[in-house]
Amino acid sequence: MTTFVWLLPFFPAAGAAINGLFGIRWFSRGVTAAIACVSMLVSLALAIAGGVNAARAPIAREVFLGEWIPPIPAVTLKGAAAFHASWVLLIDPLAAVMALVVTGIGFLIHLYSTAYMRSEPRGSYARFFCYLNLFCAFMLLLVLGGNFIVMFVGWEGVGLCSYLLIGFWYHKGSAANAGRKAFIVNRIGDWGFLVGIMAAFFAFGTLDFQAVAAQAGRWPIERAQFGGLSIICLLLFVGAAGKSAQIPLYVWLPDAMEGPTPVSALIHAATMVTAGVYIVARNAVLFSHAPLVLAIIAIVGALTALMAASIAIVQTDIKRVLAYSTISQLGLMFLAAGVGAVSAAVFHLVTHAFFKALLFLGSGAVIHAMAGEQDLRRMGGLKRYLPVTFVTMVVGALAIAGIPPLAGFFSKDEILLQTFGRNRALWVLASITSLLTAFYMFRLIAFTFYGTDEPSSPHPPHEAPGTMTVPLMILAIGTIVVGFMGIPRTLGGANAIEHFLAPSIAETRAVAFLKVAGQPDPPGTQEMIAQAREELERDRAAHRAAFPVSEATEGRAWALMLLSTLLGATGMAAAWRFYVNHPEVPRRAAERWSGVHALLLNKYYVDDLYDATIVRGTFGAARELWRVDLRLIDGFVNAWGVTTRVLAWMSHMIDKVGVDGAVNAAGWSAGEGSFLVRRGQTGLVQNYALVIILGLFGFLTVYLLAR
Amino acid sequence: MHLYPITAYHYLVLAAALFALGATGVMLRRNIIILFMSIELMLNAVNLNLVAFSRLNGHVVGQVFALFIVAVAAAEAVVGLGILLAFYRNKETLNIDEVNLLRG
Repeated sequence: MTTFVWLLPFFPAAGAAINGLFGIRWFSRGVTAAIACVSMLVSLALAIAGGVNAARAPIAREVFLGEWIPPIPAVTLKGAAAFHASWVLLIDPLAAVMALVVTGIGFLIHLYSTAYMRSEPRGSYARFFCYLNLFCAFMLLLVLGGNFIVMFVGWEGVGLCSYLLIGFWYHKGSAANAGRKAFIVNRIGDWGFLVGIMAAFFAFGTLDFQAVAAQAGRWPIERAQFGGLSIICLLLFVGAAGKSAQIPLYVWLPDAMEGPTPVSALIHAATMVTAGVYIVARNAVLFSHAPLVLAIIAIVGALTALMAASIAIVQTDIKRVLAYSTISQLGLMFLAAGVGAVSAAVFHLVTHAFFKALLFLGSGAVIHAMAGEQDLRRMGGLKRYLPVTFVTMVVGALAIAGIPPLAGFFSKDEILLQTFGRNRALWVLASITSLLTAFYMFRLIAFTFYGTDEPSSPHPPHEAPGTMTVPLMILAIGTIVVGFMGIPRTLGGANAIEHFLAPSIAETRAVAFLKVAGQPDPPGTQEMIAQAREELERDRAAHRAAFPVSEATEGRAWALMLLSTLLGATGMAAAWRFYVNHPEVPRRAAERWSGVHALLLNKYYVDDLYDATIVRGTFGAARELWRVDLRLIDGFVNAWGVTTRVLAWMSHMIDKVGVDGAVNAAGWSAGEGSFLVRRGQTGLVQNYALVIILGLFGFLTVYLLAR
Repeated sequence: MHLYPITAYHYLVLAAALFALGATGVMLRRNIIILFMSIELMLNAVNLNLVAFSRLNGHVVGQVFALFIVAVAAAEAVVGLGILLAFYRNKETLNIDEVNLLRG
């Protein structure tokens, strides 16, 4: 399996190439959809094989595919070195988990899209699947990349596909603008990310993930001062904040909802936006040596989570509610990563991918049924018409609200538990967030599916076709069961996901080996695997010894679990009371606290602030520079032009008056001087004859007289 | 009746008269055809002189020369009438005063 890991991104890329080159012009919808879905299905099978393989041997395997950038002389902290990059893929438990999420959810969303995008024109349909497949290829390259450079190719590639898919309906001005906004905001993050990569190369002399982790592990932990590692980590986090929509770079994600709903589900909820969390998890060793940056990450994550959740409770667009929910959940993931619970962050990433994809696809089915209507206030009473969507969305909402035994409960509880152990203030923020989460999710459910008023749609709403409901059902089942891989020890579980991910995150990591694609394992592989297992077991034992499961910690874990469940239930109950039983309460509350309501409805005026400062500032600066161009540079060029014209005019006048004048004067004087002679030339033959005769007589006379 | 011998003098007077007649016609008449006829008259006046002197001097060269002149006159008439025709087609007149393209 390891050798063929490159086939994972290859199949979606091939699907994208076929659909892009030939599908847009020639293929029918069926052929296009079949190519796209089969390519994802093959990748999914390969990812499952890779996951099984990773579970069996807990080591990181690097697969060398080929050289890319030849060595370039460079200077690093340790003196002269050579910068070079090669195509290296890394498959370890973390990459396997990510690849499974990308291919699994990706396949289901491809399947869903075949029906959802049915009303598109044929060429547009193929274009959609081309972009979607290309996205999966780049996302797999991102999660499988063995060094920063390969990962960065995927990182930028998913950004490109995100831009293309947000602006998929490019003839709609708002969609095109949203695509641009996403791209530009991500550019800001990517600037930090790229500088971070350069700084990492300067510090370590290598960009290979394994080597960077090994080197960073030998550096002292920067507890007090903000040193080199902290700078690298902070810059990388700038990139992660851009991609994963954290404060202050989150503004693009709500606007990204202009794209088709499957895109929102795949890219802007389940996969691409989690790349920032992934990159923190991938460099867990590096980040763990910069506790100050981890603190920043935790604070930013907690604030983002709370802020986005508070905005979500007043939004009226079904997809925007989910978008802010995504930002909020991503904030929780960063909070987990920031407090050092990297495996909890990845666990929440996985469960979130399931239930958020489910919720987005469910909202897509609702929008489909409402003939494109996205405003929650115009929905209501859809429970009767969309039974499958209703049940599955309620499962997703229960999961995100943290109700046991659904997936969200386990992952969110793990985050809350770990945060509680680290910082109470952050734990309070996270707890308020989970209360708000339950509230806004059930507000959405109440608005959509309950209520007495008939939906204001031209024709009665209808359940989506099977290709759309089957992915919903599969995701709902996934949402129920995926949490079971992270049942904490308190509940008698094994927390399997944490153990599975440990080799990718632990500092004393298992030995990695470089392998050339197509070659058998190098000698000694089995010994290395055995040694890695031993090391991991030792680590685990040491961890258990350091954090014994005492009565006190057990009790605390139970209490926190109970509290978070209670919070979720409270949020649900409040939403139920406000939006189903007493629909007049929210309006009264909005009137009573109109200031707060306006603040939330206008998203804390952050977009307006950015518009007033950065956007206007950029435009103003551009306009000023344009003026400089116009006045100074154009003025110089124009002055030069005028000078040339004046000189040319003078030259022209010399030619015209001086030279032409002389020539004309010669001609004129010849013409005017000949006025006497001209009289003789009458043109009449007889005059000439007369002159000839007279001449003859004259000569004869002279001859005769002179003889 | 007393017959005077015909001398060179007679021929010269006749030829001069004919030539003067032709030259006057060339200078005074307006019709181009008449002009041509007048030119013929002048040529034939010269011919008369040539033939007369050939007879009086016993030289045959003069007569040969006269024959040449007749041939050249025929050729000249052909070219002249061709020009005349072309001119008539352009101007629809035969008035020589209309031919003044070379006026300075």
